[in-house]
Amino acid sequence: MTPLLEVDDLRVAFRRRGEPDTVAVDGVSFDVAPGQVIGLVGESGCGKSVTAMAIMRLLPARGVRVTGSVQLDGVDLLGLSESQMRERRGKDLSMVFQDPLSSLNPVIPIGLQVTEVLARHRGMAKEPARKAAADLLERVGIPDPRRRLGSYPHQLSGGMRQRALIAIALACRPRLLIADEPTTALDVTIQAQILELLRELVRETGAALIMITHDLGVVAGLCETVNVLYGGRIVERAQRHRLFGTPRHPYTHGLLRSIPRLDAPSGEELVAIRGSVVDNLPWEHACAFAPRCPRAVDLCTGTTPLAETSGGRLLRCHNPVPASAE
Amino acid sequence: MSTTWATRRKTRIDDLSAGRSLTSEAFRRLRRDPVALTGATIVGVFVVIAALAPLIAPHGAAEAFPALQENLRPGSIPGPQDGFPLGGDQLGRDFYSRMLLASQQTLLVGVLATVIGLIVGIVIGTLAGAFGGWVDTVLMRVTDVLLAVPSLLLAISVAALAASPSQTTVIIAVAVVGVPIFARLLRGSMLSQRDSDHVIAATALGVKRPAVVLRHMLPNAIGPVIVQATLTLATAILDAAALSFLGLGDADPGRAEWGLMLAQAQSYLDVRPALAFYPAIAIIVVALGFTLLGESLREALDPKGSR
Repeated sequence: MTPLLEVDDLRVAFRRRGEPDTVAVDGVSFDVAPGQVIGLVGESGCGKSVTAMAIMRLLPARGVRVTGSVQLDGVDLLGLSESQMRERRGKDLSMVFQDPLSSLNPVIPIGLQVTEVLARHRGMAKEPARKAAADLLERVGIPDPRRRLGSYPHQLSGGMRQRALIAIALACRPRLLIADEPTTALDVTIQAQILELLRELVRETGAALIMITHDLGVVAGLCETVNVLYGGRIVERAQRHRLFGTPRHPYTHGLLRSIPRLDAPSGEELVAIRGSVVDNLPWEHACAFAPRCPRAVDLCTGTTPLAETSGGRLLRCHNPVPASAE
Repeated sequence: MSTTWATRRKTRIDDLSAGRSLTSEAFRRLRRDPVALTGATIVGVFVVIAALAPLIAPHGAAEAFPALQENLRPGSIPGPQDGFPLGGDQLGRDFYSRMLLASQQTLLVGVLATVIGLIVGIVIGTLAGAFGGWVDTVLMRVTDVLLAVPSLLLAISVAALAASPSQTTVIIAVAVVGVPIFARLLRGSMLSQRDSDHVIAATALGVKRPAVVLRHMLPNAIGPVIVQATLTLATAILDAAALSFLGLGDADPGRAEWGLMLAQAQSYLDVRPALAFYPAIAIIVVALGFTLLGESLREALDPKGSR
């Protein structure tokens, strides 16, 4: 299938006067096919949110350098003018943010925030837009949607707010939805509902979904392909069951071993990854994970390319965990 | 007891689902605040008096009465008597009527000056905060210069630019003093809105730039500016009175004005101090009323304070 979105060698550098650039995203490439759900996983500061912001072109123009290409249907989004990009945001590609309370405008009712997008991209008149908005709210599972149109964000519960945000993001049926940690601010039970809702809506509308999260549980339930990011680069990419079944990169392996499991023998200790993320990325000289890696070898101080291994898995490691380890 | 609890509980839930905005929440807080009530009472009484002044004042502002003029001596100004509750002034006019009518001028000048200053300030602050870059730099440097000049000195300078002092020059001069305060305040809160999640979210939905600024940024940023406006009303009244006091105010003898009345009463302080006392008290009380109201409004709208 031809991909809907092709991200090729995306690089985002934050520039500061008198100091070397801080590279947040360092040559990330991935494709998303229509209807596909992929995951970008990594800890804080690995560049996953910056990747999303770069695709949406929401990073400030000053002090940030974005290179590479982001092609949506063959059109390079990075080459569009700001007004052309505005035409596409919300219509062709849309985004759901982490904190549903602060992502909604506190002084205008929910209904207006839905109809605003409908009026903007579909030129809908007031009444039809209100009706469509009520339908949308109903579709995302908000009870009594007609009445909720007049509610302000602070009057809704966290789960309702996230549902409303999803309704707004999907109002114009975008072909690509980026969800940046959509469940982080929610309770576990609500998280499950929201994930289920996202899954349904994506299937229903045929939209592609990029799920950005630090929660491997979210990924396990939702994504077909998983990209593991570390220090601004993809260190491992594989189909979901392969990644969780046989993680090859020591980082992925370490992450999975640090999560408590129901089927683990009782008394087994969780293994933590030692050290913490180093701020400036030393990828040019060595593997950024090498200082924390239990399997580091001499080769790791050289460049570490992303190479394809068996089963379409991409791996950036000189000494991966053997496939039979688990 | 349980029924009361149940009804109260029910009304609260109804309130909530009916869609209570932040503004109505603020009003609910204001109603329980004694400071706000005091301020609102003073302002309310003042506004009513000003509005009804032409009806309740027994005489005109420029009208001189022989009954009062006859008793005018160097060293004696007639005090309260039949038909003239506060006595006469130095020209034999009814002091009580002049006090009432002057409230109208004060309200008019104070409100107009504040509103004009507010509008210009909002335009400048919005432009600076929304565009940033060189627009912001230019507008804010000009604002800084205006802010660096003491407010009364600035008002005097502006008023002195006019060929002859009039009510309009006073309004403009006082408005100019308010502009930089509003502009800087709004610009600051617009800037913090620019990076807020909901503005980024609106941008991510492709909402057009003017709509982002006017619908998503401005309404969230304007709260402190509106509060400042009530506080500025107080200073505007004081500044307008000061300009009149210094002879830069309305020269029309047909209109009474507290600042001017105060200035003219100076020469008669030893003869009849009431002529200075009443206008001074009026100015202070009205300014205090607006300040109290503004301060409690600021507290009520502050999302951090919950009472």
